[in-house]
Amino acid sequence: MAKGVWIVAEVRDGAYRKVSFEIASAARKLADELGEEVCAVLCGSGVEAKAAELGKYGVDKVYVADNAALEPYTTDAHAAAVAKIVKEKQPAILLMGASVQGKDLSARLVGKLATGLATDCTALKIEGGKLVAVRPLYAGKCFGEVAFETSPAMATLRPNVFPIVENAKAGAAEKFDPALDAAQLKTKVAEIAKDTSGKIELTEANVIVSGGRGMKGPENFPLLEELAKVLGAAVGASRAAVDAGWRPSTDQVGQTGKTVSPNLYIACGISGAIQHLAGMSSSKFIVAVNKDPEAPIFQRADYGIIDDLFKVVPEMTAAAKKLMA
Amino acid sequence: MELPIVGLPEGGPALRVRRKEAAVNIIACVKQVPDTETLIKVKPDGSGIVEDGIKWVMNPYDEFGVEEALKLKEKLGGDVTIVSVGPARAMETIRTALAMGAEKGIHIDDPSLNGADAYTTASALAAAIKGLPCDIIFCGQRAIDGDAGQVGSVLADMLGLPSVTLVTKLEIAGTAVKAQKAIEGATVTIETSLPCVITAQKGLNEPRYASLPGIMKAKKKPVDVKNAAAIGVTATVKAKVAKTVPPPARPPGKILQGDDPALKAQELMKLLREEAKVI
Repeated sequence: MAKGVWIVAEVRDGAYRKVSFEIASAARKLADELGEEVCAVLCGSGVEAKAAELGKYGVDKVYVADNAALEPYTTDAHAAAVAKIVKEKQPAILLMGASVQGKDLSARLVGKLATGLATDCTALKIEGGKLVAVRPLYAGKCFGEVAFETSPAMATLRPNVFPIVENAKAGAAEKFDPALDAAQLKTKVAEIAKDTSGKIELTEANVIVSGGRGMKGPENFPLLEELAKVLGAAVGASRAAVDAGWRPSTDQVGQTGKTVSPNLYIACGISGAIQHLAGMSSSKFIVAVNKDPEAPIFQRADYGIIDDLFKVVPEMTAAAKKLMA
Repeated sequence: MELPIVGLPEGGPALRVRRKEAAVNIIACVKQVPDTETLIKVKPDGSGIVEDGIKWVMNPYDEFGVEEALKLKEKLGGDVTIVSVGPARAMETIRTALAMGAEKGIHIDDPSLNGADAYTTASALAAAIKGLPCDIIFCGQRAIDGDAGQVGSVLADMLGLPSVTLVTKLEIAGTAVKAQKAIEGATVTIETSLPCVITAQKGLNEPRYASLPGIMKAKKKPVDVKNAAAIGVTATVKAKVAKTVPPPARPPGKILQGDDPALKAQELMKLLREEAKVI
């Protein structure tokens, strides 16, 4: 019978992505409840020495595939490597981060392992010895409790939602041969252009400052950028602001953009269309600044300021500066 | 004239690639979903959502896929086939894609496939596509109802094709494919070759609207309706939404009072630090 709670760790540029520790911590919790082991799969080039670090977050054993073809990430190579070891060892549960890489990999594994996957989960529980994964549907307009009929039960976990818990275990490395067949590796990375602007990724940000139609034009977004800089925040935008061409589509929060769960979401000049609310309602705290008291965003906000954002936001920046100093 | 049948490169599936000079056989998969402005109501027994009064539209990410398919066809010649799995109403979405300019459609309509998981949906799409001439398949990166973002990748795996997900820029020269996607903090350029599966992300293009003549023409374009038995697919359950629940209620918020923006801003920052403890 399938046994064990597994994760796929994500390494980029020689360092773990934070979500790897989040899924390790979540896996540990499930494994303790089931009385089972936590194992990780670590794929990359020159990564063997990194295995022990996962032990800090509750991983008992790390299966390492160390191969030049596994760096940088490609769908083909990583899916083949993970599928090989999973088929051999047959874990009951396999968790990944709902990062770009984790989502790409996990979906391909659905085909390779002929099993089910719950995407972008916000909670996990064990019922009757089996995993039940809670995930937003319709971008969070409602939630679904996903049950699995096959193993491994796969889930990707939304970054920033599951707490990182230190719980020292062995993190013992065991190498395996991913048996990559060059003929099956049909994709390759030609270029990785890093964003050097220092911009914080929306889906990973602890704080987001977001602007909508009320910003009146692209020339006013520096107001939000200044506030964001002081708070260490990412800058997001509503669909209205993106469709108007004021901000790039990668900045869009909402049902047709990114779904985010920061600790703090500050909505400026955003009325709160249903499709926007869907994308940010799982934020821990929501602040709304809007001059329209009837704006639906105020029904979701923990704190609201009904006033002209062009007067309020610079004062917020000044107040934050004083507070953070 | 019958076009020559060209075999696939090694490890390829039971797909036939027919190519006349640069002409491409393009498939675009579409799903019908509730419009983004829809208020979703959960059924009291948690068995799903209330479908009454929902306005159904083409999944916005599939629109990017259809648009890219049409652009490619206009550049290289060839035709675009729309494939959709869904109940009778999904025919409207297929007709919308035909009105945008696609040539023909395949509608897989079977009660056993309604609400199916990604594995079963991809199985149905794969079965319908297998045996068709096909150089490239477009899917939306995810559907905005289930938000799973799996079908394109699973379909690619079942057909033994490479996949590039979340594509925001696509260049095709001969059989060489260059696709760009955003990852956290970087833009990656990925190279692969036809045939392949591309999942479309916002930013790839601006989908066209169907013209009135397009809508008229679409009514006469062929759509092949098939059930699960006709394509040889049996629905299986790997993962299922056992219960649907409304989002957790948020406690009522606090509106900061007063006329002075500076005082309100200061009070807010104080609350964020001392009460919410988030800054």
